[in-house]
Amino acid sequence: MSIESFLQTLVFGLFVGGIYGIAAMGLALVFGVMKMLNIAHGELVMLGGYASFWAFSVLGMDPFVSLAIVIPALFIVGLVLDRTVYRHIVRLLGEEKIKNSLLVSFGLTLVLQNLAQWLFTADERAIQVAYAGEGLNLMGVTMPYTRLGSLLIALLVTLGLNYFLHHTYPGKAILATAEDFEAAELAGINIHRVYMMTFALGAALASIAGTFVTVTYGLSPSIGVIWTLKALIVIVLAGTGSILGAFPAGILLGVVEAISGAFIGATYREVIGLVIFLLVLILRPQGLFVGRN
Amino acid sequence: MQEMALTQITKISFHRWLVPAGIIILILLAIFIPRQVDKQNIWNLFFLICLHISLGQSWNILAGFAGQTSLGHAAFFGIGALVTRTLWFQGTPFALAFISGGVAAVIFAMLIGAPTFRLRGAYFAIGTLGVAEVLRITASQNLPLISTMSGPTIATYNLQARYYLALGLALATTGAAYTLLRSPRSLGILAVREDEEAAQATGVHVLRHKLLALSLSSFFAGLAGGVFAFQQISYYPSAPFSPLWTFDALLITFIGGLGTLAGPVIGAIFFVVVREQLAVNLVEFHQVIFGILFILIVLVFPGGLVEAWERLKKISIRKEKRNVNISK
Repeated sequence: MSIESFLQTLVFGLFVGGIYGIAAMGLALVFGVMKMLNIAHGELVMLGGYASFWAFSVLGMDPFVSLAIVIPALFIVGLVLDRTVYRHIVRLLGEEKIKNSLLVSFGLTLVLQNLAQWLFTADERAIQVAYAGEGLNLMGVTMPYTRLGSLLIALLVTLGLNYFLHHTYPGKAILATAEDFEAAELAGINIHRVYMMTFALGAALASIAGTFVTVTYGLSPSIGVIWTLKALIVIVLAGTGSILGAFPAGILLGVVEAISGAFIGATYREVIGLVIFLLVLILRPQGLFVGRN
Repeated sequence: MQEMALTQITKISFHRWLVPAGIIILILLAIFIPRQVDKQNIWNLFFLICLHISLGQSWNILAGFAGQTSLGHAAFFGIGALVTRTLWFQGTPFALAFISGGVAAVIFAMLIGAPTFRLRGAYFAIGTLGVAEVLRITASQNLPLISTMSGPTIATYNLQARYYLALGLALATTGAAYTLLRSPRSLGILAVREDEEAAQATGVHVLRHKLLALSLSSFFAGLAGGVFAFQQISYYPSAPFSPLWTFDALLITFIGGLGTLAGPVIGAIFFVVVREQLAVNLVEFHQVIFGILFILIVLVFPGGLVEAWERLKKISIRKEKRNVNISK
């Protein structure tokens, strides 16, 4: 393998990793704060993808501009799902909460996937923007604008989320609830509102990932499970409870997948993520990116 | 608890013969009804019920008894189907291929179970979900698009033989679950479900019990996959890996009653009969209804039909008592 094609693989892994990171961050946020695992997270990615697809094909909006509609739309979907379904689970405690959230969100996966199939048909969709084929060329390495834009926005969103969580009151309320919900409630935080906002925020982050997925790969109602899985692997890599660590962990997964995929063949690329997942669980169950605090 | 023990004593002489007799009648009905009616769709319906009993019961052994929620049951089912069909088509005697399917599923389950069981239940759920999905993707990319039985096999195809194999497996799976519950091992397994740390503290080898439940569960799920591979004349080799098999197992167990012996049996009958109706009328939309039903059961009525029956019985017993008091 030449240096150039190696660099090209590396760069594409970086781009894919950015999407993994942003997809995982929403799930990590919900997991870290609400202490429940939302298997239907990938379905939210899928719905976000459809939102941007329809904004593109009906309104003619550029996918990156359509984020202005897609994010609020999925935020509302998140609010609705929290009010109707997850509100009942977040009340439970400990192991039972995790277990019920797994079961219920697994059921929700089926509901959302089949609803999407019914509403949007099982056809494969994709967004073809006018500048799809264009890109930067640095030392023989191509960087398409769509992928560059995705990575850039993913990075900005991560930084924005970091600022929001650590430097604003609503964000601090979320972190406080994540740390100790009883103490947070005693301190006057309305934790149910925090939970609601957290879930909606998670859905909004999923919608960003969904937009990138639609621009980069394509879309069908059945993509959800794959993205849930990627997000889960990234969370295990980052260490459960680490929200912003999801971004570097996502990048890492993307790069490792791309490079190993180039060596052993793309058909087994999915297996690599799982092997990494099992290895991390055996060797370093606390995750790779867990800080001292 | 006290109240329940008392009512059980008064009812015990009644129950002692009622339950076994009911089970024997049910088995006899399962053997003879399709033979009497002898219609293709009845054979098929009964086959599906038995297949789903094995599927649900095998999930129940792991999730209901040992408390380990697996979201990748389809992986075991799929491996069983793949191994059985491949070996069988290559000329291995069917019985041997069938058992190999179950054993292969166990081996695979151990690969996931051993690392993830050391951690909390959620990791096991994620691990199994991941394995199932990866297997499905890898299978759909690497296996031939469609797998069809050879001409001579189709010529001698006999659905009745398939049905009786499925019935045998349903009985064996439920029998294994019953034996497990009756054995001293069940105490350890149930202790792990109720409180892992307390079980560990009282000297229960938690990992060993989890692995025991997992190996039984995956073995029977693999055999169920083998039955499916034996019955389907032609199918997509990736179909048995579909997450729908996992979902069906979950739904069946929850409809009937998680952690009960009768639950998966009742759940499977209910599920298959309703699905056959819904699938005709609603086609794809019936999955949405089942999904919503599942969520509602988990949230509102986690005990399923078995618990509903217990509650009903309690109410009737209370009424009886009240009547006795009045007459005194």
